[in-house]
Amino acid sequence: MSDISKIVGTGVYVQGNDIDTDRIIPARYLKCVTFDELGPSLFKDERFNQDGTSKNHPLDAAQHRGAEVLITDDNFGCGSSREHAPQAIQKFGLKAIIAGSYAEIFHGNCTTLGIPCVVMAAESRAKLAAVIQSQPDAELIVDLEAMQVICANEIFPASMKESAREALLSATFDPLDNLLKSASEISQTAARLGYA
Amino acid sequence: MGRNLFQKVWDDHVVRQLDSGQSQIFMALHLIHEVTSPQAFGMLKDKGLKVAYPGRTYATVDHIIPTDNQSRPLADDMAEKMIQVLSDATAEHGIEFFAPESGSQGIVHVVGPELGLTQPGMTICCGDSHTATHGAFGCIALGIGTSQVRDVLASQTLAMDSLKVRRINVEGDLSAGVTAKDVILHIIRLLGVNGGVGFAYEYAGSTINKMTMEERMTVCNMSIEGGARCGYINPDDTTYEYLRGRERVPSGADFDIALEKWQSYASDADAHYDDEVTIQAADIKPTVTWGVTPAQAISIEENVPSPDRVEGLDKNLINDALNYMQLEADAPIKGTKIDVAFIGSCTNGRLSDFEAVAEVIKGRKVAGNVRAIAVPGSEKVDVAARAAGLDKVFEDAGFEWRLPGCSMCLAMNPDKLVEDEVCASSSNRNFMGRQGSASGRTILMSPVMVAAAAIEGKVADAREVFQLTGAAS
Repeated sequence: MSDISKIVGTGVYVQGNDIDTDRIIPARYLKCVTFDELGPSLFKDERFNQDGTSKNHPLDAAQHRGAEVLITDDNFGCGSSREHAPQAIQKFGLKAIIAGSYAEIFHGNCTTLGIPCVVMAAESRAKLAAVIQSQPDAELIVDLEAMQVICANEIFPASMKESAREALLSATFDPLDNLLKSASEISQTAARLGYA
Repeated sequence: MGRNLFQKVWDDHVVRQLDSGQSQIFMALHLIHEVTSPQAFGMLKDKGLKVAYPGRTYATVDHIIPTDNQSRPLADDMAEKMIQVLSDATAEHGIEFFAPESGSQGIVHVVGPELGLTQPGMTICCGDSHTATHGAFGCIALGIGTSQVRDVLASQTLAMDSLKVRRINVEGDLSAGVTAKDVILHIIRLLGVNGGVGFAYEYAGSTINKMTMEERMTVCNMSIEGGARCGYINPDDTTYEYLRGRERVPSGADFDIALEKWQSYASDADAHYDDEVTIQAADIKPTVTWGVTPAQAISIEENVPSPDRVEGLDKNLINDALNYMQLEADAPIKGTKIDVAFIGSCTNGRLSDFEAVAEVIKGRKVAGNVRAIAVPGSEKVDVAARAAGLDKVFEDAGFEWRLPGCSMCLAMNPDKLVEDEVCASSSNRNFMGRQGSASGRTILMSPVMVAAAAIEGKVADAREVFQLTGAAS
């Protein structure tokens, strides 16, 4: 596991508050025993009609192909706890998210996978979305150390939940190795609580 | 100053503080199912790890299991494979698996409480956001992702940020025809789908105290729809009497020892809360959703809102919801034609839900335009309902009585809406496409309101259809 301090790439704006994980990946695409093949199912029903024809979703627009930063609005990832949602985002090729706010389980799932969930105020977000619209080739620099986003020579103030930022910067975002270090404390806790 | 239940349970289960600022928390009970957990066993294998405390994890199947024919192998190859992977993994790691026809299979949040696995003061987690249900017993009950399922399998612990606690007092008597489901829909409507972000919700007050355990589970179940990380109710005599005699609950002198411990977890009278809200039960009416989030809800007496009275993204939200639902702004929700009626799910698939509906549908018939299904939440609920003849009451009224599972709540099984059908549903989510069709429409409501809609063929006021008056029974 290496640290995540900077994501550089083009952006794509998917507008809307309260985008739930059923929209990010509908339940009927959750049938799997590994997460490897989930990328194409990202936003499936928002991107395609039932007959498979495109709905011209921003993710499929030619100018946003290969985008690595997803920009969206408030309460992103609400609803189901399915890790399939951030897995699909990551497998699709997106490496960071910028939103107004996040649902908590989704935020935790993203962090564990090494996807920074950056928070940006509505005004800056709207401005950034407008830049992406007019200059889709403009590169975004999501800088977790300086805690800012740079795009088209402009600085957009941003923030992040501190524990998540710390975990990404110190390459401890996947907590398992750290959790396993406490084996003896774990068994003491279990014994103390009568759970052994 | 005293501590609330969240703080007591949290403090008790802390293993250590992590460098990130999070806490490592021991999980007393881990529940797994076939959709979000098989992948975790694969991750474990990749890392060469074993299950640390197999006796603290229990498995069942619920999301993908058909409710018409559960004979193996299932017709859907991938569904069969998911069950098989879970079955093999649990056998390999020594985890108890409540398989179909074991007598204990069912929706994970119905099974835990009915077996008595869920006990006050526990930390509980499951790869499913409706784990909040178990908070009804005075637990910290968390929905988690699959990587966290892996963490718990490998270490029985989670890395977690602590939460603030908002106490939500509901005071007074509910009117006839108003149920626990209406209480939680009303709360979400008031506080919003993201009102609970950063919080655990403590539901309290005389209305909550009077509720049965099954009603309390309905309330806690939808904490996540209000954005809260979890929700809970302090344990009391109702809790302890529910647990007494259950299969996995200690008996005799051991019960008394457990009881003393359980009682110690209830919030102190002088506990601190980060926020407090009070709601009057008298203000709560039968509540239904009109849009595509659970907060887009109104009472059955109200009209669908108009985008003209709001600005910005909220205006877009209302417009998008109205377009998707094909509803008119400013028109009554009552009278909206339905195609499907669904009673079941971890929100409202327990025995008392079917008892309440059976009482009002006896001698009535489902409207000709409606496909109506009743899906018990577990094999135990099914057995108890059949023993009481409820299946016959439902069938005589024109409902199909199905086998246990999640069914049409999320439609990962053959129970799905077709095209833009409208479903009156006792489940918990009205998200776009939630019930298995990309254009399917969901109207959330209580089981008794679903019954009224099924009989009328359109969204109706259960109080009028079934002549319910006075105080709730």
